[in-house]
Amino acid sequence: MACFLVSAAEAAIVTVTTQIVLAHENKLLPKYRREAEETSEQHAAKIPFSHKLRWLSNLLWGGSLQLAFEHVWHGEIVPWTPFLTAAATPAEATIMLHEMSTVGVGMALLVTAVWGAMVLVSSSLEKKTTLPALAE
Amino acid sequence: MTLLVTVFAAIICTVLWYKKAPQDEMKLSTLCFLYWGASLMWFVDAIYEFAAEPASFFTPVPADLLNDLFLGLSVVALGLIVWLIVLLVKDPRGVFKAMLQKK
Repeated sequence: MACFLVSAAEAAIVTVTTQIVLAHENKLLPKYRREAEETSEQHAAKIPFSHKLRWLSNLLWGGSLQLAFEHVWHGEIVPWTPFLTAAATPAEATIMLHEMSTVGVGMALLVTAVWGAMVLVSSSLEKKTTLPALAE
Repeated sequence: MTLLVTVFAAIICTVLWYKKAPQDEMKLSTLCFLYWGASLMWFVDAIYEFAAEPASFFTPVPADLLNDLFLGLSVVALGLIVWLIVLLVKDPRGVFKAMLQKK
């Protein structure tokens, strides 16, 4: 009905957060560069957090776009107000909100959990690549 | 069926991305994220669908199956169009820049 809206909303929040984190990282860039000169191998292996956040926003935007297309295919999204056919009557709107709170939240949670696992794996790989450099 | 088609598209894209990784000149990671995001979301949808009607989940009507197959293929095509737009806009190989410089 409109389950993809939950993921789309999360995607919008993540995109804004990514821009804020990126601006913060750019502010700290001169400091990072100095440190990188000292320990170049450690920094070469580290992926910036803004880049990792972009993984999440890409997953969420990509999924939301495809699901929105599916809703258009099934006639659940129309080019006139209220755009969602389920929002036309209060009875159907209640069902739509229930679906958003169950399926929609479930989708957003699963995508976020998968992204969390990706971040954990990449962090452990970063540690593995920087540890030998520290030991030298 | 839509989930299956999208998962296969995601797997193929991931393999193609992995062949050239960590280089991502063709922006295949964009396509991977797009298909994996959709696959994960449809997986959750499938779980709820199965919980609601477990008996009919694995025995769909042929007409529905065909419709879902068309939807899956359309979704893959949409993903490819989005990827193509991203590729041409970002122009990682600088093709458009080189063409403009020639003129």
